[in-house]
Amino acid sequence: MARAEGAPRPVWREQLARVPWQQLTPLLGLVFLLVIGSMLHPAFLSQTNLFNVLTRSAFIGIIAVGGTFVIIAGGIDLSVGSMAAFLAGAMILLMNVLAGNDMAPLTIVLLGVGMVLVAGLLAGATNGLVITRGRIEAFIVTLGTLGIFRSLVTYLADGGTISLNFQVRAVYRPVFFDSFLGIPIPVWVFAIVAILVAILLHRTRFGRYVRAIGSNQEVARYASVRVERIRTLTYVIQGVCVAIAVILYVPRLGSASGSTGILWELEAIAAVIIGGTALKGGYGHIWGTVVGAIMLSLIGNVLNLTTAISEYLNGAVQGLIIIAAVFLQRGRSGR
Amino acid sequence: MTDTDTMTAQPPASSPVLLQGRGLSMAFGPVEVLHAVDIDVNPGEVHAVLGENGAGKSTLLKLIGGFHAPTAGQIVMAGTPRTFRDSIEAEAAGIVMIHQELSLVPDLTVEENVFLGHEHHRFGFVDTRAQRRATRELLATLKTSIDVTRRVRQLSVSQAQMVEIAKAVSRDVRVLCMDEPTDVLTGRETEVLFELVRRLTADGVAILYVSHKLDEIKTIADRVTILRDGDKIGTFDITDLTPADMARRMVGRDVSDMYPERQSVPEDASVALSLEGVTVPGYAEDVTLSLRRGEVLGVAGLVGAGRTELFEGVIALRPKQGEVHKDGRAVHWRHPEDAKRDGVAYLTEDRKGKGLLLTKGLRENLTLAALERFARPFTDVRKERAALTDAVREFDVRVASLDVPAGALSGGNQQKLVLARLMLTEPDVVILDEPTRGIDVGTKRQIYFYVAELIAKGTAVVLISSELQELLGLAHRVVVMQDGTVTGIVTGDDINEETIMAYATGLRRDTISTPNRLEAGDGAR
Repeated sequence: MARAEGAPRPVWREQLARVPWQQLTPLLGLVFLLVIGSMLHPAFLSQTNLFNVLTRSAFIGIIAVGGTFVIIAGGIDLSVGSMAAFLAGAMILLMNVLAGNDMAPLTIVLLGVGMVLVAGLLAGATNGLVITRGRIEAFIVTLGTLGIFRSLVTYLADGGTISLNFQVRAVYRPVFFDSFLGIPIPVWVFAIVAILVAILLHRTRFGRYVRAIGSNQEVARYASVRVERIRTLTYVIQGVCVAIAVILYVPRLGSASGSTGILWELEAIAAVIIGGTALKGGYGHIWGTVVGAIMLSLIGNVLNLTTAISEYLNGAVQGLIIIAAVFLQRGRSGR
Repeated sequence: MTDTDTMTAQPPASSPVLLQGRGLSMAFGPVEVLHAVDIDVNPGEVHAVLGENGAGKSTLLKLIGGFHAPTAGQIVMAGTPRTFRDSIEAEAAGIVMIHQELSLVPDLTVEENVFLGHEHHRFGFVDTRAQRRATRELLATLKTSIDVTRRVRQLSVSQAQMVEIAKAVSRDVRVLCMDEPTDVLTGRETEVLFELVRRLTADGVAILYVSHKLDEIKTIADRVTILRDGDKIGTFDITDLTPADMARRMVGRDVSDMYPERQSVPEDASVALSLEGVTVPGYAEDVTLSLRRGEVLGVAGLVGAGRTELFEGVIALRPKQGEVHKDGRAVHWRHPEDAKRDGVAYLTEDRKGKGLLLTKGLRENLTLAALERFARPFTDVRKERAALTDAVREFDVRVASLDVPAGALSGGNQQKLVLARLMLTEPDVVILDEPTRGIDVGTKRQIYFYVAELIAKGTAVVLISSELQELLGLAHRVVVMQDGTVTGIVTGDDINEETIMAYATGLRRDTISTPNRLEAGDGAR
């Protein structure tokens, strides 16, 4: 009998029934948006438009990928938007100072990138250490640093805008605007960060510990996991991810002000939650967050293409999608 | 006496039976855990339900209490078939359940908890004064003095249990279901509970009582229904059964040999772990003791004596002062991981709260403490699976599928899983804290024999236990603690209930100062 190995039709059906549909909700939502978009406008599915959407989702996406760690470990980081603004402001100031010293623009950009990565790491470590060593709720600590970073950038900009030195910007600009092998550089960075972090979360001891801690911190502690160290590290990863997003953001506008990155924290948390990560921790995955971030920027794109709904209602539509996503996934929490 | 089912269907109208379960079956997914069980409960009786873990006792109680709907069969109350959609409907019918896991709200006060969902109102507002008065009266009948304005979070586990009972009694109760109520109670509190049970039954209330403690059931129950693997073995009058009979029917074989043959500690066994003047602030003071390879050191004491906290301090789960020596070398562990590296492992008494990630799989739970062996640098799922297969075989974890979450296992199987995790770290000093709490006779026996295997290999074992039988059966020496201090260390023929209880209650107290004196009791029994 010429039957495919172990795959008669009942098995196929059974496998279909065993597909974890709830986990695939984010992906189904993405497909849904793509279908709607392609019906609204012929140019929607064009490469240019899709790359545009992906490029714009890279900032929030990279931040949200870091946030996935924090949230799976049972924490929260509200400070990411302000941190991004502060890091952007500090980076531009540093590069401007170096430019005044007659340094080569490329060297300046490299120094700026190095500095912002270290600063992001330190900012994350500060959040993490205050939360774990000080035994203060993550919500409170990061609410506090949200205010601190926000006012620091306003102070650095003296209430106005910090603009990047023109020559430096000319060298730095391609990091956001150029492509490599036909794919925009921010999309490359987003993809690489997501893959590296996904490996870290799903294939390493550290990732397992993060999930164990989010599931039940006491159990992890009694199993001799260094809970405080791991939790601190999740905030460090978050800080580094914010820094990477800033490295892509600065060449885009070449400036930072007190209003840079406002509400990014909520968009990042929204992307994580739409992606199926449990807000109470213990469970989640990076690909979901990536899909969530892309969905958020697709919504804006779709609204731009239609006159049926004003684009001023972007926030309302995003809000509805977040609630709908969690509603569709709620069955899992009873497990 | 025969094993035949004593229950026959009775004409509803003239039935003296208060509550009947007819052909109750329950399946979770494809797995049926209860097969057509009949049970009848008479007014004013204490009806015990006995069985090993996983035999279906808790499931049976949950069906009766309205927490699950049976997949087949029905519940008949006073001759009328009833279907409870949830526990609220069951409560309205007078069936109240006291849970194995406490179901109190930690941040509400005692009084608020007792009346939660049944508040007294006056002029549209909650009548706090009346509720407090009523709660105080209730607790007085339980001979428990707990400040009713305290939040439940501040109570001890046993106090919380008494509040739970008060809450159940405050309802108009006709059938009271108790699932392992005495597990967290002290001896005195158990006595009070039994008094209360007798008073309730005198008023015609029926008690459905699940417990592993056979002597307790012998004391309190009128009849007993025994379950094994989801089947009913039979319902018996308690006068017809000895505890040994009950155990045999539960397990399906003879369990007279509960404890392994005692091995003496080799003369030349070296000291594996010693504490010198260890203090865990607030819990244990100036404790000095030592433990040799191949020795089982029992640790006895009443609830709250500081036994758990002392050893949590030793492995750096809590701050401590004083010196700890491992294999004669002073160690300064700052984190449980340090203790693990030095070969010391601790099994928590709180399996559900601190032992297992209940929503995670068996594999993740098994390897959590020894993950460094399965991840270099990437987690090797295949190797983990192999370890799980081995552990399931070695520890006889009974499970339908290896893909279920840990929370789906019965208590005994959960304990085996935690024990397997502990042993994966390859310790040579094992601290077992209440290793058999809430688990069935068969699994207990397996754990006792496993302890014997460990010491035969030269592992040193600390056995913290509230079950004196266990200490009598296994320990070479018993350290007795009372109120944070060691009141005595008993060896040889002194390891008996009277002596241990005398030390545990503070009636006897040895002056223990020098470590030399402790090592003199070399445990060669």
